[in-house]
Amino acid sequence: MLEAQDISVRYGERLAVSSFSLQLKPHRITSIIGPNGAGKSTILRTLNGGLQPATGELVLDGQPLRAFSRRAIARRIAVVAQEAELRFPVTVFEFVLGGRYAWAASGWGWETERDLIATQQILHETQLEELSGRLMNEISGGERQRAVLARALVTEAGVLLLDEPTANLDLAHQATILALVRQRCDTRETSALVVTHDINLAAEFSDQVFLMKDGKTVASGRPEEVLTPELLKEVFAVRVLVDAHPITGVPRVTPVHEMLR
Amino acid sequence: MLLGLLAIVLLLASVVGSQRLPLGSSLCALTGKSGCGLTSEQQAILFDIRLPRILLAGAVGICLATAGAGYQALLRNPLAEPYLLGVSNGAAVGTMVALVFFGTHEWSRPVMAFAGALAATFVVYRLARGRAGATPERLILAGVIVTTFLSSGIVFITTLMDATRIRSFTFWLLGDLSGTTSNLLLVTFIAAILGVAVLALNARSLNLMMLGERDAFDLGVEVGRVRITVFLAASLLVGASVASSGSVGYVGLVVPHLVRLSFGSDNRIGIPASAIGGAVFVILADTVARTIIAPRELPVGAITALIGAPLFVYLLKRR
Repeated sequence: MLEAQDISVRYGERLAVSSFSLQLKPHRITSIIGPNGAGKSTILRTLNGGLQPATGELVLDGQPLRAFSRRAIARRIAVVAQEAELRFPVTVFEFVLGGRYAWAASGWGWETERDLIATQQILHETQLEELSGRLMNEISGGERQRAVLARALVTEAGVLLLDEPTANLDLAHQATILALVRQRCDTRETSALVVTHDINLAAEFSDQVFLMKDGKTVASGRPEEVLTPELLKEVFAVRVLVDAHPITGVPRVTPVHEMLR
Repeated sequence: MLLGLLAIVLLLASVVGSQRLPLGSSLCALTGKSGCGLTSEQQAILFDIRLPRILLAGAVGICLATAGAGYQALLRNPLAEPYLLGVSNGAAVGTMVALVFFGTHEWSRPVMAFAGALAATFVVYRLARGRAGATPERLILAGVIVTTFLSSGIVFITTLMDATRIRSFTFWLLGDLSGTTSNLLLVTFIAAILGVAVLALNARSLNLMMLGERDAFDLGVEVGRVRITVFLAASLLVGASVASSGSVGYVGLVVPHLVRLSFGSDNRIGIPASAIGGAVFVILADTVARTIIAPRELPVGAITALIGAPLFVYLLKRR
């Protein structure tokens, strides 16, 4: 379990995140939503040890995050970052296998039988088996994002941090990605944190939603508690209509643009 | 397979030259037997002239090709190469400073070359690094800036030298394997072994780093430590090779590229394969350089550039 206790993060003089607390418990998906510059990605990077909080404490499995080595953190926390440009030809299999790095005793040597089996397994789960020999830059954007997720899943980390995992994906691929995350959280002792701009996707897949603005938590709780017209208006400065999704019953948010009225 | 190729090239290079040696007898003599039927003159050519030069060519090839593979992974860019980045020029300036100011101390040359290579690497890295890593355009521009700046430094130091040495320096600057000493050969070999070992030990980390530093960090790579280690190892390799034989260009581009084409992008294979391939490439290039207009010879850098420059253009176009 990963916990942030009253953390604040600074970029030089600027306070990017202040007094932020959250608990990522197994089997639960938490989403952070908020406008650009709200501090969402900063939180994600801080939770993984990529940025040091100025105040407050990060606790991983009962111990301060600072006490873990880089490799030990990587075995417990996996990140799905936004896509980076690949300039070297690597196959989907090699790419996903890279997720086993932290399980080696040191930074060199070869993958074990277990690493190869785990990778095969994940490629099967994410339906990338047939593409495993293809080069990463030859497959579609949606397939590539699935490979990035597969690499995070193959780490077997109990905490998944996802930064805009569905950006630039079409509807079908968006659903596939989040369904895979949901499946992992349901079947293993895994928790996930998703930073996203897609409020409706967050409502559908999350157990808990954080609404952020200017580095502060405006509200947090179950989607129906947080995704109210009042709170969303306060955070996004846009009037929205909130009704229930006709099938799932989760909140459905529709912006009402001034010019349409 | 590569080692077999290396053995063949070694043998070929030792018999071919302005003075052709008999193949069978040479092979016999090279394996350490006596009474192989070589005249004492041929014996001297083989062991005192050709072999040291071939060994140096091999060591230089190992150094430059693996350094290239290291820079490419570190800068996340398949076009990175010690000569094009200006790192070779940095080492050249270091060597020249050592020659002019500490001329009597032979050991000062590799040390100063290493320092020069390190400084140039650092500057290029800082100049080229943008948010998305070193884009090819930025990297090439950074290399051009560093190279031209250091070239003016070289010109400046040259003016401090006496006229008789200037010609041999011009030759040396283009990569010249003819004027080395056994001490420098030894230093180059030790640097080659050390540098390759360090890079090979970091190869698995480099596999992740070359796909993105942030991702590598997330996956458990101690990015800062690996970066400094690779910086030092690559600079050591370039420094040693430049101190002994000047700036031989494009080896670090051509060899890792061919290795990637044949064996894929895994640095755990790529770095040792580049080492062997580099030795093969430079020994071959040097054999051409000393035979094509025999008894006169060309600087080996002229031959490697002749092969490397078109490949560079091709790689740049293909993106």
